[in-house]
Amino acid sequence: MRRFWLYAAVVAGSAIMLFPFLWTVITSITPEGSPADGPKLIVDNPTLDAYHTLLDAMPIWRILVNSLLIAIASTGFQLITGSMAAYGFARLHFPLKNVIFGCYLATLMVPLQVLVVPLFIEMKTLNLQDTYFALLAPTIASAFGVFLLRQAVTAVPAELDEAATIDGAGHLRIFTTIVLPLIRPALATVAVFAFMGSWNSFLWPLVVIRSPEFMTLPLGLSTLQGQFTTQWDVVMAGSVVSIVPIAIVYLLAQRHIIAGVAHTGIK
Amino acid sequence: MSTPTLTERRRDRRPHTPPQPIPAQRRGGWKKLGWALFFLLPSAIPLLVFTLVPMVSSLWVSLHKWNLISPMQWVGLDNYTNLLTDPMTRRVFLHTLIYVAGYLPLVYAGGLGLALMLNQRLKGRAFLRATYFLPVVTSWVVVALVWKWLLNPANGLVNEVLGVFGVPGPGWWTDPQWALPAVILSSAWKDLGFVMVILLAGLQAIPSDVYEAALVDGANARQRFWRITLPLLSPSTFFVVVISLINGFQVFDQVYVMTGGGPSGSSQVVVGHIYDLTFRYGRAGEASALSWILFAVILVITVVQIRGQRKWVHYA
Repeated sequence: MRRFWLYAAVVAGSAIMLFPFLWTVITSITPEGSPADGPKLIVDNPTLDAYHTLLDAMPIWRILVNSLLIAIASTGFQLITGSMAAYGFARLHFPLKNVIFGCYLATLMVPLQVLVVPLFIEMKTLNLQDTYFALLAPTIASAFGVFLLRQAVTAVPAELDEAATIDGAGHLRIFTTIVLPLIRPALATVAVFAFMGSWNSFLWPLVVIRSPEFMTLPLGLSTLQGQFTTQWDVVMAGSVVSIVPIAIVYLLAQRHIIAGVAHTGIK
Repeated sequence: MSTPTLTERRRDRRPHTPPQPIPAQRRGGWKKLGWALFFLLPSAIPLLVFTLVPMVSSLWVSLHKWNLISPMQWVGLDNYTNLLTDPMTRRVFLHTLIYVAGYLPLVYAGGLGLALMLNQRLKGRAFLRATYFLPVVTSWVVVALVWKWLLNPANGLVNEVLGVFGVPGPGWWTDPQWALPAVILSSAWKDLGFVMVILLAGLQAIPSDVYEAALVDGANARQRFWRITLPLLSPSTFFVVVISLINGFQVFDQVYVMTGGGPSGSSQVVVGHIYDLTFRYGRAGEASALSWILFAVILVITVVQIRGQRKWVHYA
């Protein structure tokens, strides 16, 4: 009996988590968004009208590709810059190392909204508003990534490096053939956070992007909502388009993503 | 660094001491510096240009009166003193505080409940865990839009369902009284899975022999929960609380999309106010000052928590 209630509770829980997604899809194929005689689970005359309206209203495919490209680029950059810095801080000796690391940590604590105004001015002065570069720039390196990866590199036994040094390997060889393969779980965690951070980022694109060609999905959707305030079928069609790609990525990498998030909590 | 010098090592004639490798910093200074630059510059340059410089210039801007167009005008600390006496500042901080106070207990209790259930032997556990986590990977803007539609006062699903039971649904994001609760509800829904994953990892790290010992001593389920589970889960709880407070005080996306801070400012939060000050009212100096005040508040809260953790966080 107790197990019955347990199953009832977990299934109810997952219904609450999944139903809003289902409702988004249903609304997007319902004519006018909602039938006059109250909401229905099974749509009488399903239609793709909302998707046509969406395609006419904004370059949604381009916006989708923008989001993907920026997220992938930002993840790639953060993995490269982060792992290199991690190796530098964990394995090299150079003057002012602790001071420099302190500066990295300081940038970790400062929230984005402190930076938004001057960053915006910086981009405006450099005439970089409305470019991919402006979207990408603040996420090329992240102190969070450096910090997490440094912990991982420190955990790699130094004897491995020393043995390789004796065999004549330089820093670059040690970094690419010994350290990088051994810190793969940490790299996966950083990749997950970098990708999600870029994919979901809203405040910065909102500030720096004006033209639809350079928008990312969150910004595009928020603009869409401004245009179609009461046409919920169109707004939900836009939401479906932006949920589907990330849901696919999530389904494929679900185990790693959840492990990556859980990993940050234990320490 | 406590590396022994060469003379010390020579004096130390214990027979079985393995030869110490000469630490890298003793060899070829320039070459070493070159390697350090090679590994650090790719991250140092972007962090310097896109974080450190803006940070410093934000402080500079906060000491000026500036509308982003005409030349800056030095006002010293006036922006700060004005903000601290401005009733609008108090209002947006109050709303942010209400948001955090509503959101944190909801996600924690919900996340803990889910984690406790999933910590038992269940069929389809991986599937369930995956569904709970799905909203976490969805962007705030999408979540806010979906819930804005669900909580639509006119023909949203939630009010329709409430209507079936004869309960008149509230105006949600169109009603000053209900705008913040609507934001809190949808935010908690999104982050439930995140909290669950962190707490589940914490629960699984509790060794089972502790429970076995408690069972032998005749502890009942309630005692085991309060005396074992919660205390041993406290490091994960601590992590969730710290992260949620840091993120909670920076809440913006969902408020901007769902209510735009309205109706009539009833749900405006600190970051929303910073955005409006800059881009709507052209008061960039005050906006920068407010962002530093917010940062100070977050920093103090975080430091207080880290200091206070000794009282209630038990590291095994």
